[in-house]
Parts: sequence; C-alpha cells; structure tokens
Amino acid sequence: MTAGKIKSITNPKLSLEILSKEEILRLHTATLDVIENTGIRFPSKWALDIWEAHGAQVDRNTSIVKVPGQIIEDALKLAPPKYNLAARNPEQDLPLDGNHVFLGTDGCGIEVLDINTGKRRTSVWQDVADIARLADATEEIAFHWVAVSAQDFPAETRGLHELRAIWQNSTKHAQTESIYNEVEARAAVEMAAAIAGSRQTLRQRPILSIMQCTAPPLGQDGGSLDAALIGAEAGLPVGFMTMAACLTTGPATLAGNLVVGNAEVISATALIQLAFPGAPVFYAAAQTASDLRTGAYTGGGPEDFIFGAAQNKLSDFYDIPLSMGSFATGAKEPNWHAGVENSLSTVLASLVMSDMLLGAGLLHGSRIWSYAQMLMDCEIFSIIHKVMQGIVVDDETLALDVIHNVGPGGNFLSQKHTLKHMREIFVPQFMDRRPYNVWEEKHDDGRDWALEKARKILQTHQPEPLDPAISTELKRIINSIPVKK
Amino acid sequence: MRTEDLFKEMAQSITDGESEKAADLARQAIALGIDPLEAINKGFVSGVNFVGDQFSCGLMYLPELVMAGEAMKAAVAVLEPELAKRGTERKMLGKVVLCTVEGDIHEIGKTLVGTMLSATGFQVIDMGVDVPVMKVVEKARDVNADIVAMSALLTTTMVHQRDVIEALEDTGLRSRVKVMVGGAPVTQEWVKQIGADGYSEDAIGAARLARQLLGV
Repeated sequence: MTAGKIKSITNPKLSLEILSKEEILRLHTATLDVIENTGIRFPSKWALDIWEAHGAQVDRNTSIVKVPGQIIEDALKLAPPKYNLAARNPEQDLPLDGNHVFLGTDGCGIEVLDINTGKRRTSVWQDVADIARLADATEEIAFHWVAVSAQDFPAETRGLHELRAIWQNSTKHAQTESIYNEVEARAAVEMAAAIAGSRQTLRQRPILSIMQCTAPPLGQDGGSLDAALIGAEAGLPVGFMTMAACLTTGPATLAGNLVVGNAEVISATALIQLAFPGAPVFYAAAQTASDLRTGAYTGGGPEDFIFGAAQNKLSDFYDIPLSMGSFATGAKEPNWHAGVENSLSTVLASLVMSDMLLGAGLLHGSRIWSYAQMLMDCEIFSIIHKVMQGIVVDDETLALDVIHNVGPGGNFLSQKHTLKHMREIFVPQFMDRRPYNVWEEKHDDGRDWALEKARKILQTHQPEPLDPAISTELKRIINSIPVKK
Repeated sequence: MRTEDLFKEMAQSITDGESEKAADLARQAIALGIDPLEAINKGFVSGVNFVGDQFSCGLMYLPELVMAGEAMKAAVAVLEPELAKRGTERKMLGKVVLCTVEGDIHEIGKTLVGTMLSATGFQVIDMGVDVPVMKVVEKARDVNADIVAMSALLTTTMVHQRDVIEALEDTGLRSRVKVMVGGAPVTQEWVKQIGADGYSEDAIGAARLARQLLGV
C-alpha cells in the first residue's frame, strides 16, 4: 500500500451503448428548447449580469433566464475536453482524459458509525480528518469529497475547516461539495493557493475542485453560483450536479428527467464559460427516481443505474469530464441492499467510463458514514476494475502450448505459465471463501474484516504531513472570516 | 341528479384527482342549494378517505395522493364563500405555520408536507422558503398556530430550527405550539437536542405526526 499508487479503470475492453446518437441529439434539442423557452432560475446578481451581457433574456424579478440555444452551444465549445485534477503529491494527479475512471468518497454525511463503538453519532471535524487519512492510504480512492460534516465548527466556516482536515491528512486531490457562498469560496481559493505556492501555480495545478448542486427543477442556488464563479476565476475545475428525480423534481419518465437535469447542468456550465472562457469544468449528476410511496430520496434503484450510464453519454456529447454519483446506497447498514445497489450503480457508470465516481462509504442515502462500507465499496470498485479489463486474446493468453502439455486429466497448477499469470486472478479481501465449518465457528464476515482493516490503517498510516507553516496559514485564513458566537 | 349521486361523483372526482371536475361539482352543489358542509363531508371527504385507504394498502401512490389533495383544495375553495355566507365553517384539525428555514431554498419536501397536511384536514399557512426566524414566530403568534413546522436540507441551515424554538420561548409562545422539524439531516437526536416535539422523514409521516401531536 503506497500512497503514490492510485487504481483507476483504464483501457477498458467492455463498453455500453445505452443511447444512440439520434437519441442523444433529441435529448440535447429538447434541453435547449427548455432553456430557451421556459428558462432556468439563476438567483445571483453576478450570474444575471453575465447572462444579460451575453444576450440572454433576463427577468430580474423572477431571476429566470431564457437563453437562445446557439449561445449555450457556443459557450460549451469553449470548455476544455481534458485536464488534470492535481494533487499535493504530483504522482497522484488525475488525468480526466476520457480513459480513466477514478473513485472518490461520498459526501456530505451528518452521522458516523463510530469506528470503535459501532454506535451512530453526529459527525465532527476529527471524522473528516480520519476518513481523509484512511482514503489517503487506499489505492482505490483517488480523490476526496468532504465525506461528513464537521458539525463541531460554526456554519460560516465549516466548509473551510473540512478542507483543512482533508489537506492535513492526505496528499490526494480534494473536490469540495460543501462550500456554498462567495465568502467561503474566496477563502477556499486562498487556502488552496497557500498550499500550491501561489495563485499562478494553483491555476496550473488545481489541487482543489468545486462541485455545486443545482436546485431542481430548472433552478440554481445563488450562493452556489457565486462560489462556482469564484472558483472558475481562480482556474479551479468547477462542476454542477443535478439530482433531479423522477416524480418530484422531474417528470416520471427517464428521458424527461434527463432533459430537466441536463438543462440545469449545461446552462450553469455555459454561464461559467461565458464568464471565464476556457475554464476547466465538469458535468456532475446523481439523478434518481423518488420513492413512489413516500416521495423520498432512495439512494439507489434501477432508474439510478440507468441514469449512471446515460449521463456520461451526455457529458461526452458536450466533451467535458463527468463526476457521477454511484455507490451511496440507501441501505441502513452494510448489507445485501448496499451490495446490490453499489455494485450495479458502479458497474453501469464504469461501463461508459465516467471520469469520476462518487459515493464510497455513506449509507442511508448519503447520510451515515461507515468505515466498513467504505472499504467494501473499494472492493466493489476493484472487482469492476477487473471486469472492465475483459478478455485478452493473443498467443500468450490462448496458452496452446500449456494446454497441449498438460493434456486430458492433468492439472495446470505446476505450470510456469500459471505462475506467470496467476496474479492476474482477483483475490477478494472481504468475500467469505473459507470452509463452511470455519465460518460456522466464528460467524464473522466481510463487514468485520473491513472494519478491522480500517482500524489497522488508522493506527498505522501516517500521511505526508502538511508543512506546519502552511497549516498555520490555513487557520489564519479561516479565522479571518467573522462567525456568530 | 339525485343528491346521493352528486356526492358519489364528488368523491370520484377526488379519487381521480380531477381538480376542475371537483370545482365544477362544488358549483353545482351551490346552485342546487346543498349545504356546503354536507357537500364536503358526505361528498368530497369520502374521496379523500378512499385514496388514503388505498394508499395504506399499497394500491395507490404518492402522486395520486397529491392530486387528490389538490382536487380537494379546489372544491373547498369554491365552497368557502358559501360557507361564510351561511355563517358556518369547516372544522379543521388545527393550524400549521410551515416554512423552510432562513438561508435555505429547498422547497419540495416542505411543499409536499403542506399538501399532505391540508389533505389530512389541517389549515396550512405556507410561508415559503428562506424565512427569517422572527417572521416565523410573528406568523405563529398572529394566526394563533397550533403547530410550527420547519424544513432544512443543510447542516448549516438546520441550526435555525433551534433559533426558531428559542425565539418561541423568548416570546412566551413555546408552550402554546407544537414544533415539528424535517429535512434530510434531521434525526431523532437533533429533535431532542433542540427541544422540538417530533420529526418525520417523509410527508405522510409528517401528517401522521401532526395528528399525534395535537391528539386529533
């Protein structure tokens, strides 16, 4: 386990055509129709000024903007198709080039299943730090979201303390989803620049990216828009995530819900390009269907899995990277429900090569953190990583000589060819392949082993420390923001 | 048409979630001189009850419940002036002041709770989203609310649920109202910590909770 190594899905042999070219074009045309004729709400003065300056029809009372399709299309063409998410340790930089799938943690939970007592409790700053340190040690986790909320810090600066926790405990890239206003965004940029060395180096090596949620249906959040604009101005990659849900915030039909979500994401993305042409941006999505009985968020289901595959087709059409919500089960504990949802959501999002996958570690619809679930999610990712390699067919892998050698009735265990290739075969950490009687005696399973592994890592793993002078500087920046007592 | 048949059609319009039909039948009832209270209780309410029962058995789903609620609202809106004219009023289960707290614009869960509460028979005063603490308290005092219900989606805005409770205490109103909270980050522990009276993870549960809190 070396901190420099990151596992990613690359050069896949499997693929999936979930939407035809014509279907994608129809979704796109329908999306432009919505943006042009019904409009999207942008409740930010800054955003409305930008739209007005670029020829959109702006209603200052409702904050609804109607934009001709051509403006959206032209703006999206300015976005770079490929770029790197930088890390404190350059060996951990993540190329978002369409040929890698990287895994990140889920966010932003509010409770934690305590690693020692197993009891559910409110999340605090130390949890953010511990989770970051554990993620730093695993080869599967490539970047961080703020996994849980640091509720022992004041609301005004909480998002900044969360970033400090991550940077002090990991050298990997941080993508924050918990900065929602201009003041915090400015401070976050300043913190990132302090680590990168300067504003200029930060622009070249963005160690921070910013993810904002849209406000479905067909709206944005004002503070989020301002925060994203601040990020883009500093050259940080920014993305907008739609969670438009069939039945409640979107139509019951999958295509209609994609149109609603797509309209939110591409309108906000176009805004960023109009303001800062060429700024790195990404598409982000976690679309779903609300529960038919309660209307509640489910955290998983066949509709979510299909959206997971469809959304990368859309982001490919716009030629920008995708950050896709997968994992993040609705299950209350690490169980059958969690295994089914997290496997299926991730296999579908991976088949289409979503650049970033989100969602390792949280239960109950991204509310409760489980260390065991996090490491089991890493194992799911590893299994899919293996599956995506498919079958290589060449002289070496056909192994004709070996087959002739062994012949009928022999075995392949002692063949040199076997020794050479056996490590290509997947060895699970958390699947129970022991004899029945061993299990019967202990009655333990993958959940216990995953938790044990998490404990061991937290006892031993020391991340490359952040320069104490920089830590002090981060605190100074945070403390310059006034908070209510 | 016989009055009995009219009542049946009224119930059916609610079951089908046909707002225009329901309003139309309400107008017919007025034209026929039918007591508006009877039209509500013997006609439209049977539709609401039917939908509620079907929902409980898993045979109907949330959108049908919402549409029934909206059809009911449309019918009552037509009958209300007639009720006032006759000096009678529909007996409601209680008055609920509803909002999404200060700094938070998340609307849909709150609105759904409002729909379910009014379909259940509560009078709902929906103040919308991003409502300042003192505005909630003033409204609760002005309308003499039985329940204050507050939603929040963010841990950073959830704290205003506590602020409202504290302000209710400071203004001496706390003992006169029940406080319900909701939103993704809200848990039983939070309810206890801020001294609220209850929470629900979904809108139907919220309507059930409101009845429990008032004992109706």
